[in-house]
Amino acid sequence: MSKKTLLNSKDIEIILHRLACQLIENHNDFSNTVLIGLQPRGSYLANRLANLLKTEYQIKDLQLGLLDITFYRDDFRRRDEPLAATSTKINFLVEDKKVVIIDDVLFSGRSIRAALTAIQSYGRPKNIELLVLIDRRFSRHLPIQPNYRGRQVDAINEEKVLVSWKENNKKDAVYIEQT
Amino acid sequence: MDKLSVEHLLGIKYLNPNDIDLIFKTADHFKEVINRPIKKVPSLRDITIANLFFENSTRTKLSFELAEKRLSADVINFSAGQSSVKKGETLIDTVNNILSMKVDIVVMRHGNVGAGVFLSKHVDAKIINAGDGTHEHPTQALLDSYSIREKLGTVKGKKIVIVGDILHSRVALSNIFALQLQGAQVKVCGPTTLIPKYISSLGVEVETNLKKALEWCDVANVLRVQHERMDIKYFPSTREYTQLFGINNEILDNLGKKIVIMHPGPINRGVEITSSVADSDQSIILNQVENGVAVRMAVIYLLAQQIKR
Repeated sequence: MSKKTLLNSKDIEIILHRLACQLIENHNDFSNTVLIGLQPRGSYLANRLANLLKTEYQIKDLQLGLLDITFYRDDFRRRDEPLAATSTKINFLVEDKKVVIIDDVLFSGRSIRAALTAIQSYGRPKNIELLVLIDRRFSRHLPIQPNYRGRQVDAINEEKVLVSWKENNKKDAVYIEQT
Repeated sequence: MDKLSVEHLLGIKYLNPNDIDLIFKTADHFKEVINRPIKKVPSLRDITIANLFFENSTRTKLSFELAEKRLSADVINFSAGQSSVKKGETLIDTVNNILSMKVDIVVMRHGNVGAGVFLSKHVDAKIINAGDGTHEHPTQALLDSYSIREKLGTVKGKKIVIVGDILHSRVALSNIFALQLQGAQVKVCGPTTLIPKYISSLGVEVETNLKKALEWCDVANVLRVQHERMDIKYFPSTREYTQLFGINNEILDNLGKKIVIMHPGPINRGVEITSSVADSDQSIILNQVENGVAVRMAVIYLLAQQIKR
C-alpha cells in the first residue's frame, strides 16, 4: 500500500486561514450563523475552524455543534460491519439560522445528504452551506457540491483520502493511499 | 464489536456484559434524539414490527410503540382480546399469519413462560420478549439498570434491594440477572410467602425486615403486589402488607441517607409505596418511563442491524 502526502501541516494551516476568511466574508460576525461539524471526522475540522475564528479573527459568541448522522445514513444494514453512532452535541436550535455544515472529505455526498435530513431535527434553517477540507471530484452519487473547499482532488475509487489531525494522530496531514 | 451477541432478546440471561454496555451506549444516543424538537430518525423505515400482546399492558406497549415509531418503523398492533386466539388459533399459526404480512420483528408479551424462546425456534423473525409470564421482562430490567447508571453514575458495586412480590415478578428475575451481570449486589425483601425458594441459588440474599434492607441499599426497586397472578392468599391483608413492606416517608426519613426509589409501574399508591414517596425527589419512576423509550429504541435498532435484505 503506497501513501503519498497531499497536504502537510503548513498547507493545512494556510488552507484553514483561507477558509476562515471566506466564512467571515459571507457571515460577518456570525450573529446569525452556526457551524455544524459532522461526527466523527468533521468535528476536528470544525473545532479547528471555530478556534481560529475566535482567537485569530476575534469572532465572539460563535455557535458550534457536532452532529452524528449514523441514524440517517442510507446504508444501514447494507454493510458487513454494523454502524456505530457517536454523540451529537447541539445545544441550540437552527431555526432561521444560517448553517455551515463542515466535513473533512466530500466523496459520494451521501453523508451530506444524511446531514441535511438530520439537521431538520433542530429546526428549519434559513440556508445551509457546505465546507469541506478535501473535495474529491468525479465521485459524487448525489448532486451535492461544497460552497467552501480546502483543496480539490482527482482520485480514483481505489484510492483513499486520509485526513490526519494533531488531535487524533499527532500530525496535521492529508494523504492519498492506494488500496 | 458493535453488535449484539444474540439474535433475539428473549431474556437477560442470554446477554453478556458487553451486550448491556452496547445497549446502554446506543440508548444514550437515542435519549439525545428523543429530547430534540423533532424526535424521530429514519433508520428503520423499511422494517415492519408487530407488537403481540397476549396479556394486558399499558406502559410497555406504549413504550415499544413509541420507540418503534421514533425509529420510523411500520408498526402493527395485536391484542389477544380482539383476535382469533379466542377462536382457538395456536400461537404459531397466529404469528405465522402475521409474518406472512412481511413482518421483520415481533415484540411479544405472553402469559406462558418461555413463549418467546418457543417462537424464536419456529418463526423467521427477530423476537423481543416484552414479558413471558412470571419469567423475564428484559427491557424493563435494562431500563431499570440504565436509570440507576444515569442517577448514580454506575451500577457496578451498588447495592440494590428489590422489595415486594418477588415470586410473581418477571421484573425481579430480569433485574437480578442484569444487576449481577453489571457487578451490583442484589438483595430481595418481602414476605417469605412471596420469595421464591430458588432465590439463594441465584446468589441473592433474602432480607425479610424492610428497615434493615433499606439501611443496606443504595437503591430500592419496589414491586407491585400482583393480585392477578395469585391463586391463593399469600399474606393476611393488604393493610398488613403495607404496614410491613410499604415504603413511606417515615421509614425513609429515619435512614440517615438518601436512597433512590424505583418502581416499574403500575403503582398501587398507598400499598407498596405512598404517593408522597412516589412523587418525591428520591424517586426516579418517571425517569424510568422516559429511559424505557430510549432503551427499547436501542434494542430494536441493534437487532434490526442484523436483518439483511
